[in-house]
Amino acid sequence: MARAVTTRRKTINTIAAWAIGLLIFFPILWTILTSFKTEAQAINDPPLFFFFDWTLENYAIVQERSDYMRYLWNSVIIAGGSTLLGIVIGVPAAWSMAFVPSKRTKDILMWMLSTKMLPAVGVLYPIYLLFIKLGLLDTRFGLTIVLMLINLPIIIWMLYTYFKEIPGEILEAARMDGATLKEEILYILTPMAIPGIASTVLLNIILAWNEAFWTLNLTAAKAAPLTAFIASYSSPEGLFYAKLSAASTMAIAPILILGWFSQKQLVRGLTFGAVK
Amino acid sequence: MGQITLKQITKSFGDVQVIPPLDLQINDGEFVVFVGPSGCGKSTLLRLIAGLEDTTSGEIDIDGRDATEVPPAKRGLAMVFQSYALYPHMSVRKNIAFPLRMAGLDKNAQNAKVEAAAKVLNLTDYLDRRPGQLSGGQRQRVAIGRAIVREPAAFLFDEPLSNLDAALRVNMRLEISELHQTLKTTMIYVTHDQVEAMTMADKIVVLQAGIIEQVGTPLELYHTPRNKFVAGFIGSPKMNFLHGSYSSSHGAESIGVRPEHISVSKTEGIWKGVVGVSEHLGSDTFLYVDIEGVNTPITVRSTGEVGFRHGDEIFLTPDPEKIHRFDNQGLRIS
Repeated sequence: MARAVTTRRKTINTIAAWAIGLLIFFPILWTILTSFKTEAQAINDPPLFFFFDWTLENYAIVQERSDYMRYLWNSVIIAGGSTLLGIVIGVPAAWSMAFVPSKRTKDILMWMLSTKMLPAVGVLYPIYLLFIKLGLLDTRFGLTIVLMLINLPIIIWMLYTYFKEIPGEILEAARMDGATLKEEILYILTPMAIPGIASTVLLNIILAWNEAFWTLNLTAAKAAPLTAFIASYSSPEGLFYAKLSAASTMAIAPILILGWFSQKQLVRGLTFGAVK
Repeated sequence: MGQITLKQITKSFGDVQVIPPLDLQINDGEFVVFVGPSGCGKSTLLRLIAGLEDTTSGEIDIDGRDATEVPPAKRGLAMVFQSYALYPHMSVRKNIAFPLRMAGLDKNAQNAKVEAAAKVLNLTDYLDRRPGQLSGGQRQRVAIGRAIVREPAAFLFDEPLSNLDAALRVNMRLEISELHQTLKTTMIYVTHDQVEAMTMADKIVVLQAGIIEQVGTPLELYHTPRNKFVAGFIGSPKMNFLHGSYSSSHGAESIGVRPEHISVSKTEGIWKGVVGVSEHLGSDTFLYVDIEGVNTPITVRSTGEVGFRHGDEIFLTPDPEKIHRFDNQGLRIS
């Protein structure tokens, strides 16, 4: 009897998991479906699911009107650059917090996290003015710096958690073996933390890729990434659901594919240290 | 060379002083064991010598040069950790070669030294494996291999055998002793196991609460412990302590008698008691005897089989030559 109950519970759990998964995925699925409809079909009532005239027209128009590749390239540079820069700064920071903690380390970590609780718009003015003064407005460099800074707390927190799992004795052994601090971080700590660093990189690329507040407010044309590309189709003058959906699909496709292939790494990274 | 001198060194963590001012001389080629109960500061002392902890005050000289401010990598010492501390992402070969690589040796010289060390430690067949694929004993050998290739001035061992099972521990103990005889390099070995200390050391340093209680050869500590702590810590099973009328007749606050220095009889003897638990090991018999006016049972070690069972009446006679007398401070009265 016990076996039957277990099987039934398993079935229920599986169904529930699929239901929740589909619920979360539904908006994305709907966006993708809508991108293949005509504008009229997109606003049809009742909504059309799979039985409509599939068309690639929207993609052609979107590509014709705006240069997708340029936005894509900006997104790659900004998301990749900010993550890379964040890792270069985050690794030594997390190293010192994990292996040579002081009385204030926990406070500093909390303080860094607290910056994430501040509504971004609260510092829009100062940052905007700074950007004007420094000539950083609408530059990829400026945006890279800002996105790196807003994601740095998460990078350091994640790396700190991974580093905490590495036994300090191994680093001490390296020190006894004649490794300098740089060699210790480069040859011992980093290779051992590769899984953690990889998931930190992935998560931060995704966060930076999807970041819409700063990318929209600090760019105009030159440095505009894919978020701006989508935004340019949500104009108040008219309803262009199908084209907006096509633009959105094009914008999220790269990150969706990256996420799909690295999901194992991501899940491991995000649950790392949760269960010892 | 590997002469290490500690001059008035202290260590505090915050407001807590774990090592009060301490002096110690370790001679070249000596096998020195730091022994004491957990929390006595023996590992801290070793880490101070290694340079992994900074001294709060005092001076550490290695081969006559002040090394107090010298970073661990430059002290010329090698350390074997309790957890082995191997680099899990590197093969055994790369693990052993790591200190050589850090020293900037060329690949051929590295390989030659690694092969030589592997041969000594029976690791030749495992050089291309990762530490995760090795048994505990093999991992410990890799850790030792990593230490010997550097040809250090001294080896530091931090409880290296405590993660191994009992049988393996005896083997590794012998291997380390043999290694010391071959290399003749100074070794400092930390353990809480007094059997390891007794069997391996040229010189034992007994520590309690950061204070050196006694320094001496194993047999010096066994025969003439300076105080009750050393007397109780060195020797297995532990020394019996008696107070009151048992000690006053010897002109002492308390007396100590080792279990192996008490003879037993069914008919006559100095102390009369009743056998509690008896442990029969074949080679030895341990009797735990309750005698009047003493709270803890007296442990007696007799060679071979003795015909005593639980509840039997027994007479004990301590060897008068082997009675240790202590004053009210717990210090030895000679």
